[in-house]
Amino acid sequence: MAATDTPAKDPAAAAAPAAAPAPAPAPRRTPGKGLRWLRRNLVTLAGLATLAYLILPNAVVMVFSFNKPNGRFNYQWTRFSTDAWTDPCGVADMCGSLALSLEIAVWATVGATALGTMIAFALARYRFRARASVNTLIFLPMAMPEVVMAASLATLFLNMGIQFGFWTILIAHIMFCLSFVVTAVKARVMSMDPRLEQAAQDLYATPVQTFLRITLPIAAPGIAAGALLSFALSFDDFIITNFNAGSTVTFPMFVWGSAQRGTPVQINVIGTAMFLVAVLCVLVGQLAGKRRKRS
Amino acid sequence: MTQTETPESSGGDVRLRGISKTYGSFTAVHPLDLTIPAGSFFALLGASGCGKTTTLRMIAGLEEPTTGTVELAGRDVTALPPYKRQVNTVFQNYALFPHLDIFENVAFGLRRRGIKSVAPQVEEMLDLVELGPMARRKPQQLSGGQQQRVAVARALINHPEVLLLDEPLGALDLKLRRQMQLELKRIQTEVGITFVHVTHDQEEAMTMADTVAVMNGGRVEQLGAPAELYENPATTFVANFLGTSNLIAAEVTEAGGEDLLLAAGGATLRLPARRCRTAARAGGQVLAGVRPEKVALAHADDAGEVPAGHNRLTGRVKDASFIGVSTQYVIDVPGVGELSVYEQNIGRDGRLVPGAETVAHWKPEHTFGLDAGQDISAGADLGEEAA
Repeated sequence: MAATDTPAKDPAAAAAPAAAPAPAPAPRRTPGKGLRWLRRNLVTLAGLATLAYLILPNAVVMVFSFNKPNGRFNYQWTRFSTDAWTDPCGVADMCGSLALSLEIAVWATVGATALGTMIAFALARYRFRARASVNTLIFLPMAMPEVVMAASLATLFLNMGIQFGFWTILIAHIMFCLSFVVTAVKARVMSMDPRLEQAAQDLYATPVQTFLRITLPIAAPGIAAGALLSFALSFDDFIITNFNAGSTVTFPMFVWGSAQRGTPVQINVIGTAMFLVAVLCVLVGQLAGKRRKRS
Repeated sequence: MTQTETPESSGGDVRLRGISKTYGSFTAVHPLDLTIPAGSFFALLGASGCGKTTTLRMIAGLEEPTTGTVELAGRDVTALPPYKRQVNTVFQNYALFPHLDIFENVAFGLRRRGIKSVAPQVEEMLDLVELGPMARRKPQQLSGGQQQRVAVARALINHPEVLLLDEPLGALDLKLRRQMQLELKRIQTEVGITFVHVTHDQEEAMTMADTVAVMNGGRVEQLGAPAELYENPATTFVANFLGTSNLIAAEVTEAGGEDLLLAAGGATLRLPARRCRTAARAGGQVLAGVRPEKVALAHADDAGEVPAGHNRLTGRVKDASFIGVSTQYVIDVPGVGELSVYEQNIGRDGRLVPGAETVAHWKPEHTFGLDAGQDISAGADLGEEAA
């Protein structure tokens, strides 16, 4: 696409295709300066375009958190204001739903990470009869269309006579986060040399010490990845939550609900804040990693 | 565990009694009795799958023996888990802890035993293996040879009764391996700890060890000093696996004297009776062996110059390859088979080209006799692979 655009803009490049129809005895293919520049920088350009594609929506969220819209919908830029930032909980019920979502995300992360790590160790380390089938079954929640899963879960809870609310949401979230934790941790445990643990035992570490000092630290990046994924998935899950929440309202449900009647700027504030916290976490992690490497 | 603080601890005997290991229907190690004297450098040599590593792991406690007992310095440790045995291992590929730096890797054993101030000992140990400046690096930032030295330091700092080395040089290139062989030998002499070294490299075993046990199929074929094993192999496996041997099927024509007389391919060979590993009767079969470097060649025209009393076989040069220090010949001897001969390159005879008629000859006392009931080529291809 870019290749057809540029020659028109660049006079030198435009000259090259123009020369071709001329009755030159040997039509040599010497690309113009512009084309050559493009060829050298195509990878960079493509990279920048992709980055823009990824970042633009986030930028829009951020920019519109400083908007002061006329009316209830925050779809058109009107003028700059920090009103929403100074009063983030100004919208009725929003901060309550946010707190609930964070609470559920934390517990779902703890539950899924603990269970998933144990499953991953079992699958990676031990040979038992149903190992192959368990390996496959673990991935089913990932494969099942979410909306179908949501509806079926609701049916299940109904038939079991369980009251919809915090606990049904938490159970559902732990269930769909599990597969991701298992996948992340298992990859890490599988690639770990079993001789490391033998070496630890050979160097006077008891089984408990071996686990705490060798196995766990080496598996930690996988466990952390699984936990982060769980938190993100649980925090912004809408479909399964909506089917199984009863009268409880989580943050994604609040956003969805309010979008029918108008979108408060505070939603963008929360979104931006979450985004910045995530970026901060990544930066701190990278800095810590760099310092560790340097010392 | 009480003598760990004395750096001069001289290590202890390792005594294996009737030790064996079976996995299902597969026997990795047949019941084995072995005593490794304190302070010695002992090598378990064999091809992969011969049971040498399993034996080592049973000493370390990483493998539970099916039968038998392991004794360390007079104490039965068979039932003890690895972390309660005063034994340390240098693992194949080193198994350094990737998340800990070199200092912490080396200090690991001391810390697990509750020793508080580890720094002086760790620094001393890192100096011994010449890695002092690397203390704060991570294992993956070190070269293979450096990682190997860390693995040795990490094990040695605990002053074990016995240091076990599982193919510790297998991952290094040839030049570095030669260097590390001398280094390990130096360290062993310095610290005086019993070293048990598992290897498939016969040259490595012979360079480093005081005593070598050659293992094959879960059994020790022969045990002895390197020179003893090389000069007096007890089985065809040892003869072929340790270097190369010419094994000639022969019939005993005369027994009873100081020398046995053998008939092979129309020639008569002399074999000193004391060098024959099997009871020989006239009319019986033996395998007569001779190392290729002990055999000399004379062109057929010079056959008269062959010293009297030498064993001699006449044949034709089939192949001659010049490899610098020596020339390796393959001689085709009718009725005997192929004979391999290594001639040092001092005054090479230009007439010994493929096709030339030649006399291969050697002193009778360089001949050894083996039981003819064995596979004549046992271990031959393994030996080549390992070298």
